[in-house]
Amino acid sequence: MNFLRKTLDKYKPLFEKGAKYEKFAPAFNGIDTLMFVPNHTTHKGAHIRDAVDLKRIMITVVLALVPTMLFGVWNIGYQNMGEGHTFMELFGYGAIRFFPMLAVSYGVGLGLEFLFAILRGHEVNEGYLVTGMLIPLIMPIDLPLWMLAVAVVFAVVIGKEAFGGTGMNILNPALVARAFAFFAYAPNMSGDKVWVADSAIDGVSGETVLGTLAANNPINSSVFDMFMGYIPGSVGETSVLMILIGLALLLFTGVANWRIVLSSVMGAAVMGLIFNALALNSLMTFPWWQHLLVGGFAFGMVFMATDPVSASQTNKGKWIYGFLIGFLAIMIRVFNGAYPEGVMMAILLMNVFAPTIDHYVIAANIKRRKKRLEKIKIA
Amino acid sequence: MAEEKEALFSKQNRKLLSDPLNDNNPISVQVLGICSALAITVQLKPAIVMAIAVVFVTTFSNLIISLLRNLIPGRIRIIVQLMVVAALVILVDQILKAYAYDVSKELSVFVGLIITNCIIMGRLEAFALANKPWKSILDGIGNGAGYGAILIVIAFFRELLGSGKLLGFEVLGHKAKTLAESTGLYAMGYENNGFMLLSPMALITVGIIIWVQRSRNRKLIEA
Repeated sequence: MNFLRKTLDKYKPLFEKGAKYEKFAPAFNGIDTLMFVPNHTTHKGAHIRDAVDLKRIMITVVLALVPTMLFGVWNIGYQNMGEGHTFMELFGYGAIRFFPMLAVSYGVGLGLEFLFAILRGHEVNEGYLVTGMLIPLIMPIDLPLWMLAVAVVFAVVIGKEAFGGTGMNILNPALVARAFAFFAYAPNMSGDKVWVADSAIDGVSGETVLGTLAANNPINSSVFDMFMGYIPGSVGETSVLMILIGLALLLFTGVANWRIVLSSVMGAAVMGLIFNALALNSLMTFPWWQHLLVGGFAFGMVFMATDPVSASQTNKGKWIYGFLIGFLAIMIRVFNGAYPEGVMMAILLMNVFAPTIDHYVIAANIKRRKKRLEKIKIA
Repeated sequence: MAEEKEALFSKQNRKLLSDPLNDNNPISVQVLGICSALAITVQLKPAIVMAIAVVFVTTFSNLIISLLRNLIPGRIRIIVQLMVVAALVILVDQILKAYAYDVSKELSVFVGLIITNCIIMGRLEAFALANKPWKSILDGIGNGAGYGAILIVIAFFRELLGSGKLLGFEVLGHKAKTLAESTGLYAMGYENNGFMLLSPMALITVGIIIWVQRSRNRKLIEA
């Protein structure tokens, strides 16, 4: 650590104002503050500072993602090779497939972040640490790396930097990447060939549970498999158990908002129950509580819907926002045959509506308080 | 004559031509005529034809209205303008049907919809009604070209990235059913970007053009 500090200090003068590499100061400071707690002091205004800054929040989310990522890596191997292999064989196979995706996502995304920071002269934000990890976790494992890179470029430039960078984005950047890849390279993002690594070569085909449902075929995974995540799907989305571990960490540290998670589960349950009651076709008869276990629902609700930037800001707004995400996600799954999975669309749609929800929640609050004030005046 | 005669291409007149291409572009600055920019930019060829048609209509409608400007009663000027524009659009439509039938079929209803293109009415109202014929012609050409330029840029990227072609030529190589039979970029595993063919991407492309233009042209940034 001492060595790192000394090295950084040695090069610091080069990046100070008026020095040779002044332009690249944001890049240097970005590395510096990533390694060490920034040592600047407050100059004016409130002097109370919390140890939890943007960086700590982002690192917490990354930590919460680790269990589901590790499981995902193992599951890649399991889906491809099946039983009869040691844990290390399965994990090693998955690692060879998954870590290049992670490297591309971080490499391209952070590169762009640094580029924009230098061009615009602001500091590098840590927001991409989470986004960069989320993106490979919500992609099918067979997605070519260059497509992933294009999707990352689109997500960072159009999804985030066009709106002003971390904290200003309307949509969740990771989902922007997925939506872009989904519409641009549809054959590589859906169907029964993409969820299992190298399925084109090995002839293994693995359809997601929702894809099987949409195609009107019987499901052959048990509820236990769905919960544990021994099913084909995007890398990070399959294991509900691992996602719940992540959720526990996020709720314990207060990074994720329990209102959104709870209300989205309620929304999905309500929609699922309505469909179960109607039961007009085989898709509608799929038990409502199993909807919560399959596809990207758990992952989306825990890691995407709770994104503090793109979600509603008011507490009441969060209830409405979460509820509608759950409600719409199940509705899209059942009604739209072209999109077996509705979570991505539901979250993106509600991201767009989140500021509107906030606006009306605040307007209602002002109205109520005005009424109260008038009552007091009369009395 | 007391007044000094202005040169045909004086500085002021040249500005009428060049302004709409950059500082006052109808699409990227005034944000007019977006619908047709989304609808007919999937391929380059219809976009070019559309650009030529709009240049034709803006130029001649500007000229005719400018010639008539002292004769048109103010209260019915919109109707008169519409008549002139409609007549010109029908002319364009008939010419396309006669000499470029397949392009006319591709453009379908959007040729007729040139009538409703806000750029044309806007130029008539804002410019031709108050200016002399020569200036109006220049203004018409400038605005038509400003619109057309953006259209062609969008169509270039949409056709190139969306279907890997330019004007119908397979510039990125041929995509066959299998990787081995493909040539060019497709042999390396390249795939067309299907999103480019959908209209949201046209809107995003317009957005990117506006972004690039504003970061290059500081005059356009609102305080």
